[in-house]
Amino acid sequence: MATVLSHEVRRRAPRARPPGRRRTIGRSLWWFVIPGLVLYLYVVVIPTAQGVYMSFTNWSVYSPSRDFVGLRNYRTIFNDATSSDILVRTLVIAVATTIIQNVLGMLLALVLNARVFGRNVLRTVIFAPVIVSPLVCGYLFKYLFAPPGIGAVNDILQAVGLGSLQEDWLGRPGTALTAVIVVVCWQFVGMSMVIYLAGLQGVPVEIVEAASIDGAGAVRRFWYVVRPMLAPAITINLMLGLIGGLKIFDQIYATTQGGPAGQTETISTLIFKQFNIVGDYAASAALAVAMAVAVAVLSLIQFTVLRRQKGNS
Amino acid sequence: MNAKRLGSALNHVFAYGSALLFVVPLYILINLAIRPVDDLSPAFLPTTRPTTDNLTRALTESNLGPAMVNSTVLTTISCLAIVVLATMAAYPLARSTAKLSNATFYLFLVGLLLPFQVALLPLYLTMRDLGLLGSVWSLIIYYAGLQMPFAIFLVTTFLRTSVPLEYEHAARIDGCGDVRAFIHVVVPLLRPVLGTVVILNAVGIWNDFFTPLLYLAGSHQETTPVVIFQFVGQYTVEWPLVFSGLLISMAPILLLYLVFQRYVIHGFAGGLKG
Repeated sequence: MATVLSHEVRRRAPRARPPGRRRTIGRSLWWFVIPGLVLYLYVVVIPTAQGVYMSFTNWSVYSPSRDFVGLRNYRTIFNDATSSDILVRTLVIAVATTIIQNVLGMLLALVLNARVFGRNVLRTVIFAPVIVSPLVCGYLFKYLFAPPGIGAVNDILQAVGLGSLQEDWLGRPGTALTAVIVVVCWQFVGMSMVIYLAGLQGVPVEIVEAASIDGAGAVRRFWYVVRPMLAPAITINLMLGLIGGLKIFDQIYATTQGGPAGQTETISTLIFKQFNIVGDYAASAALAVAMAVAVAVLSLIQFTVLRRQKGNS
Repeated sequence: MNAKRLGSALNHVFAYGSALLFVVPLYILINLAIRPVDDLSPAFLPTTRPTTDNLTRALTESNLGPAMVNSTVLTTISCLAIVVLATMAAYPLARSTAKLSNATFYLFLVGLLLPFQVALLPLYLTMRDLGLLGSVWSLIIYYAGLQMPFAIFLVTTFLRTSVPLEYEHAARIDGCGDVRAFIHVVVPLLRPVLGTVVILNAVGIWNDFFTPLLYLAGSHQETTPVVIFQFVGQYTVEWPLVFSGLLISMAPILLLYLVFQRYVIHGFAGGLKG
């Protein structure tokens, strides 16, 4: 009875509720927020503000004075040929990994959603690299892609008679970036797959069958029936891929450390280098802020698009 | 009918072909880790002289053992802190309709948009001033604060959508205080979402490399990825030894994954969809 009443009251006059005991549930425990909030302010909010401020100064190991220099650090990032190359390259990695990972993840999800013998085992195997450390995956592939005579990929090429294609995959500027992209996709395709599989659970079999009876082939069934219903999962996967791609660090640090000749340097490796090796704190902070803005824009797009998609369905 | 059978056959070929791409690297990793250093045959041929020498050498010649203990302590305490603090904070945020409560919730949500790299560097200097650099405590504080937004977001959403108020009303009518109702009635109902929070954070913290590299390198409390990084740097051409190290470092998490794979996959899919 009490709950029925409370629903009535809430619907009719949400603002004019009498101060009853029901309303106070949770409110008397407001102080429960404090420990989490303090920690959050201390670890995220305040240091972020400091970091943004740092990016407008000339603070480094050599000049501990911290003078305000306006946008100078940002101008350096965008004008300097090396660092603007790095920005573009980071974007290329993010976009390439996202597209490859999603196309393959979607294919795997569709196949493993159908009747395939032992599909649970296959899902488990394909998802496994996601939980392994990116650093370890990086080292594994550093060996697989090692120069002829050492690396397994070259060994296999030799064994199947394609010895002429052998290559120092990570040591040559032309192939190093591709190799890094392969490593990232190999590790995270399972993640895309699992999110698509979860999305596919929400696609009613009857509708797909109806389309099939109406004469739609597999491709058109996918494009016109399944894909629209997977829209939220696609948004999530694209954004996860792009954001993860922009932040990429471990795999590169393990395989190439930014080489050969800076061909695999990304924003994250540059941030680390500027902070830990060069000691230019302000430049490193400006890079971090630039990346933060990119990630924040992407996240906002994700939120808006998802909200609209959920509103439609 | 024939087309259907052909399609099914193609499905199987594609599925097993892909799975092979994931099994072969692991096979090579194990094969290399257990073969003698002087065995130079191609990596994909099974070794004829399996040995555990590399595994024992990797354990004795590096800090992997202590580092894994460190990582376990770090992951456990951090996850515990995240779960306890986030659940506490999420409860009033989900239940109260006050404006201040909503504002606080949005303040936490902003944290989802802020990438950690901006905060990482100033925080490094704060930790240095506090004398916490080189101690796992700096990382526990860091992870707990950093993960608050996402954990609170998940738990609050779950409380609003899947935990009916009626249980709390009933507990109250039975004379239960607010704190006891929270601990004995609400928290047990949160088990699914807390599982997701633990899984996502445990995997992320156990594997994190960037932050420990910055905060712990050169100390006596290094975590597994940092020690692996140094170990590889030291024995860079002795692949069997390196791979033994990698194998040891990933064995615990892989085993846990195989045991709880259903929950892990579910946790990832559910949490990231959140």
